[in-house]
Amino acid sequence: MIYDFNYLKPGSLNEALSMLSEHKDECKVICGGQSLLIVMRQGMVAPEYLLDIKHVKELNYISFDAKDGLKIGATTTHRTIEKSDVIAKNYPVLVAMENKLASIQTRNWGTIGGNLAHADPAGDPAPVLISLKASIKVGGVNGERTFPLDEFSVDYFATQTNEDEIVLEIQVPVPEPKTGAAYQKFNLLDSDMGIVAAAASVTLNNDGTCKDVRVVLGNAGPVPLRVKKVEELLIGKKYDEALFAEAGKIASEECEPVDDIHASEAHRRHIIGVLTKRMLKKAWDQARA
Amino acid sequence: MEKQILKLAVNGQDYEVFINPKTLLVEVIRDHLGFTGTKRGCETVSCGACTVTVNGAAVKSCSVLAVQVEGMNVVTSEGLEDNGKLSPIQKAFLDYGSYQCGFCTSGMLMSAAAFLDENKSPTKHEIKESIEGNICRCTGYNSIVRAIDAVAQGKYKEE
Repeated sequence: MIYDFNYLKPGSLNEALSMLSEHKDECKVICGGQSLLIVMRQGMVAPEYLLDIKHVKELNYISFDAKDGLKIGATTTHRTIEKSDVIAKNYPVLVAMENKLASIQTRNWGTIGGNLAHADPAGDPAPVLISLKASIKVGGVNGERTFPLDEFSVDYFATQTNEDEIVLEIQVPVPEPKTGAAYQKFNLLDSDMGIVAAAASVTLNNDGTCKDVRVVLGNAGPVPLRVKKVEELLIGKKYDEALFAEAGKIASEECEPVDDIHASEAHRRHIIGVLTKRMLKKAWDQARA
Repeated sequence: MEKQILKLAVNGQDYEVFINPKTLLVEVIRDHLGFTGTKRGCETVSCGACTVTVNGAAVKSCSVLAVQVEGMNVVTSEGLEDNGKLSPIQKAFLDYGSYQCGFCTSGMLMSAAAFLDENKSPTKHEIKESIEGNICRCTGYNSIVRAIDAVAQGKYKEE
């Protein structure tokens, strides 16, 4: 049963931020509510005020230019991202990820900002966006700040936003030439969250050696996990499947997965190793093509 | 908590309901307005039995706050027929035996209707993806996919 709350419906972003600064920790922000309403129904979250930003139009946009890259407003739905031509052309891995995020119904109502703010380590967008070097812009009545998305989550379902701030925008730089990116989650039903997941992006030099690489794991610890040891291993190296296997082994050792009803810790580590190896190969192949 | 008036259109008819803001869309549809075609299943955004369309897009009404659809057009399975005349997807479900216990049917119909509005010539794979958010515990998926495919192939076009 959902506990009673006072419903706040701001007409603009400024109004939303001033309402939030007034109520702060008594207030929870809702957008699509596809994650929040579940925990509210379970009674785990029972805010005194619910601030509804679903229809704050200023935060609903996708823009792209060849210099600044991609900007996605926080209240943009997953489905809008999935159907965006400009994202399909420049960041196909984002469309592929969205296409496997929950179900069509959830993607129609749920939003990218809400997904990130919920900070479930099993969420699909964060690992992919971090592998693409995305930043996040948050803000409140006292101003805005932008920082790398890999610094956003700090623990299970916890982010570094202050109590008077909301997520405003996701920014993704233009990929460098010769860049490939891939993401896969391991699950039993297509519309489930990943039991574990791995995202990889690879950028190559003209001589075919690795210029830059990122591997980010989903549901492999309290936050989306960037495996920096794999980056150190691969930069400067040439295509080598034995190296990908070594990277998989490192990822399976570096992660901190839980042991639960869906899979044991050992099984999760094994799958993370396999996915890391495969995603690196897939991203590298794309970068070479 | 302050109750408030919600204005919305359901199946082409305008309504005003007086609700606690925590009321879910499925509760307005079933309990306030009496459209019991829409089912409450898992109530955790998993099963899809509560699927309705909001401004043409399929959503799970168990996990949408009713106050968020202020001024919007909601369609439930009751809204698919027109004066007693079944819509193509409803006829196809009958012809292809696309249900067993029937609990998932209204949600399946709404996902299928929204999908067919958006994609006029889908592949079999796209049809399967279109109902990925709807669970049929009788596992009658094949006949449901055949029914959607039949409508997409134009078998139920009006003369």
